[in-house]
Amino acid sequence: MPRIKTLRKVLNPPVIKGFKPYGPETGNLSPEPVNLLFEEYEALRLCDYDMLNHQQASIMMVVSRPTFTRIYASALQKIARAFVEGKQISIDGGKVYFDSDWYKCAGCGCNFNNPEREKAIEKCPLCGNPQIVSYDFPGDDDEGNARHWEYVCVCPQCGFEQEHQLGIPCSHQVCPKCTHKMKRKGTPGCKF
Amino acid sequence: MKVAIASNGNTLESGLDSTFARCNFFVVYDPETRAMEFIPNPNKDLEEGVGPASVQLLESRSVQKIVASEFGLKIKPLLDSLKIQMIVLKESKKTIKEIMVMLNQ
Ligand SMILES: [Zn+2]
Ligand SMILES: [Zn+2]
Repeated sequence: MPRIKTLRKVLNPPVIKGFKPYGPETGNLSPEPVNLLFEEYEALRLCDYDMLNHQQASIMMVVSRPTFTRIYASALQKIARAFVEGKQISIDGGKVYFDSDWYKCAGCGCNFNNPEREKAIEKCPLCGNPQIVSYDFPGDDDEGNARHWEYVCVCPQCGFEQEHQLGIPCSHQVCPKCTHKMKRKGTPGCKF
Repeated sequence: MKVAIASNGNTLESGLDSTFARCNFFVVYDPETRAMEFIPNPNKDLEEGVGPASVQLLESRSVQKIVASEFGLKIKPLLDSLKIQMIVLKESKKTIKEIMVMLNQ
């Protein structure tokens, strides 16, 4: 069983399993792929696709800044090696968990997550009711945080606001000013 | 598909315990075969590591869902990595028997 301390958070698995080189020489090259770990993929995605700095990205993956820098450096080295040596890249493995989202059942009132993210939730896993809604932050407060489709993410630390992105829980965003985790504006306990 | 329920007692009339990891009994229930087992929680009084210990116990019984009134935030990464589903029933007066009936549907 994995240990909690060494698990790195990955928001979403990559859409592909890897890459293959092409060109006339590729048939003569070793088919042995370079293995990019899920946490290395995520580090690259956060820094160079979502354009977060290392501090912000380390918060998103729930690792220390030095650990993040090490993961990121390893990702770049592996990709460089695959490019230069004409190797395939497989994206797999690593000490990660894919952060699951929360739902609420309108029938029995329970909250539940969806760890099998490939399968869409169709009904409540407890009572079977099909009336379910996405839900942010269970445990944070009792009512009023069923997810609405129009709202603003706010930084509970410095008050920075940004438009909420559809389908991305506010808590998956990091404040670009002070790197605190964002919350939904008006969340109880949040002073902004 | 086995389900664990974090119970405060060892009868069908018991209710949900106030916590997951330190609950009195785990009820492991299979809605398909209707087989059930009450397991006294051996981790109840552990000083630390009680969350992972309880998860490990349930994982060894091939549990895929857990019903509890509260989990504690630190447990979610571990359960996500094992693909065990969390079902949170807060402040519920339901008995273990009533929860089993819900799961039968
Ligand atoms: Zn329900
Ligand atoms: Zn801020």
